[in-house]
Amino acid sequence: MKYVDEFRDGRRTAGLIGAIEELSQTIGSATEGPIRIMEVCGGHTHSIFRYGIEGLLPRQIELIHGPGCPVCVLPMGRIDDCIAIAEQPRVIFTTFGDAMRVPGSRMSLLQAKADGADIRMVYSPTDALNLARRHPDREVVFFGLGFETTMPSTALTVLQAEAESVTNFSVFCNHITIVPTIKAILDSPDMQIDGFLGPGHVSMVIGTAPYEFIGHHYRKPLVVAGFEPLDILQSIWMVLKQIKEGRSEIENQYARVVVDGGNAAALQAVTKVYEIRPFFEWRGMGSIDHSGVKMRDAYARFDAERKFAIPNLSIPDPKACQCGEVLKGVIKPHQCKVFGTACTPETPIGALMVSSEGACAAYFQYGGIRRAGSA
Amino acid sequence: MNEMHVRRRRKLGKVQVPAVTLAHGAGGRAMKDLIDDVFITAFDASGGPLEDQARFSLNDLARHGDRLAFTTDAFVVDPLFFPGGDIGTLAVCGTINDLAVGGALPLYLSCAVIVEEGIAVETLRRVARSMADTARSAGVSIVTGDTKVVNRGACDKLFITTSGVGVIRPHIDLGVNRARPSDVVLVNGFLGDHGAAILEARGELALRSPIASDCAPLHDLVSVLLAAAPGMRCLRDATRGGVATVLNEIAEGSRVGLEVEEAGVPVREEVRGFCEILGLDPLYLANEGKLVAVVPAEQADAALAALRAHPFGEHAAIIARVTDSEHGRVVMRTILGGRRIVDMLVGDQLPRIC
Repeated sequence: MKYVDEFRDGRRTAGLIGAIEELSQTIGSATEGPIRIMEVCGGHTHSIFRYGIEGLLPRQIELIHGPGCPVCVLPMGRIDDCIAIAEQPRVIFTTFGDAMRVPGSRMSLLQAKADGADIRMVYSPTDALNLARRHPDREVVFFGLGFETTMPSTALTVLQAEAESVTNFSVFCNHITIVPTIKAILDSPDMQIDGFLGPGHVSMVIGTAPYEFIGHHYRKPLVVAGFEPLDILQSIWMVLKQIKEGRSEIENQYARVVVDGGNAAALQAVTKVYEIRPFFEWRGMGSIDHSGVKMRDAYARFDAERKFAIPNLSIPDPKACQCGEVLKGVIKPHQCKVFGTACTPETPIGALMVSSEGACAAYFQYGGIRRAGSA
Repeated sequence: MNEMHVRRRRKLGKVQVPAVTLAHGAGGRAMKDLIDDVFITAFDASGGPLEDQARFSLNDLARHGDRLAFTTDAFVVDPLFFPGGDIGTLAVCGTINDLAVGGALPLYLSCAVIVEEGIAVETLRRVARSMADTARSAGVSIVTGDTKVVNRGACDKLFITTSGVGVIRPHIDLGVNRARPSDVVLVNGFLGDHGAAILEARGELALRSPIASDCAPLHDLVSVLLAAAPGMRCLRDATRGGVATVLNEIAEGSRVGLEVEEAGVPVREEVRGFCEILGLDPLYLANEGKLVAVVPAEQADAALAALRAHPFGEHAAIIARVTDSEHGRVVMRTILGGRRIVDMLVGDQLPRIC
């Protein structure tokens, strides 16, 4: 495929791996233990596993799979809320596909659908708005989730609904924001990360400036990375180069998509519709200050949280589940007590086992090779 | 029971209303008219008296081989019509292929339909015609059937079940437990066309270039392949769950490892693009005209050449090799040279959020 195959070229890969090996050797002799690089974004995690990138890297580089899979960090209480909305008469509840299997405290959306709730998979919030237009006698609710990547499309859909005076459309807003979460990881006492691959799609919206504090305050390098294998390898090389040269800067490998100032139109729509919540609960990481957004009062009539009675209960994560430690890079997925035994993609306990972007599901499905060799 | 198989010259009934009602399933004149109009006409089965079963001469069957193969499959697909086929072609090809990959020559099919009241009679006629055309061109007869009409909502428009009888040629013994280290795994062309075509035909994604299903009867291709590679270990058609699922069944069944070479896996450009957009993996998409063949290494070239010389095997490729390590596992060597496991999926592939 044009413009894609170029970024999956085997020969260029070999060249980059060579350069990464060389760099990590010179760093390796100066530091103790592995060099830990966290890819924040679930899209990166997916690519890393899909192409077997971990196995190509020198052993002293350890990739930590961060919290950037929005489906994985949804707390159980919010899934319960979704089901409570979906079970109300007249509601058509619409969602992205990979949220269907996330376990709530009673059941997942997939199970609720089987029990008779009208839950439909859509590819974008505009599909949901179309459903609302076609079914004026029904209440269509869109399950808005995701980081800044998907936030603008939900915001623009709400603005569209407002412009057309559609009254039977609303959004159950679970959008979250990445920067406070990176900060929470950096503040965590068991934090053991030497550098970051920054999320490419999020940065396309917010630009690179919001990450500056990571370099200034925490003295860690961050490279905004694309999603093709060569993007990821080049970004790893750039992080290593910074470590070697003692720099901690915000660099942009994904300049073909990400401009430093972000996307002004998208940001404007987001700011118009949403405001920051004082705090939001994350699965595995607990409550993080300013890490979620809600709809502004001016858009209350499109806000499913206000339109419907929802339980809004905080459900603690299952005790056996160690998703939080995996998300922070304290343990590897297979070191979790329930990995592959009680917690599998078929019966996930932790959300990291649910989405194909989740580190545990990726380990379960794609992993095992290097692990078997190195454990 | 309302079988339609036997020979009798009689005047065929005709349905005069546009849509099917519960009366068409009630066993009376209306039902007879529907069966005559839709199925007997299409399947050309008006030659003799209607009995409750099709009857075969054992001696005739024995001329084709020494064992019977018998299979059944139910077909539910939304939408009923899609680029490259419809539920009718699917119902005939699916059962033909299930027989063919056992090394059998497919001979007779049954056809049971469950119809939701309200469906247009013309839709049924169209489906029956494409079943008849597909069967005729494959040299297979539809010899018995049944029709039920159910209340609106009790089924989704039309469900079809076909069963098939075939005869296995002598000296052929194919099995998922027969792969051996150093064997070679082939497919007969582009993977994932059917799965992508169905997803696209649901109209939820406004893509510009339609992808056509690969729905096709494979028994002729199988004959050619068995002649070229008589040492064939195993054949499977890669329907639901895709090639990845079949490879896992082979690895488990034969207690061997399989190493897939990603660069060798044939996927059509449009399907690759489709999968990139949705975050799907073509290895798990359904096919309706693709088989996976395991052959001894020394017969691989002959098998590949035979496949490529056939209209349904033009884009055939070697995709994997059988290994003696990591028994029960399918491992992919990625285009980058990395390695990953290709596991079975738990359920459907779900499109990713971003």
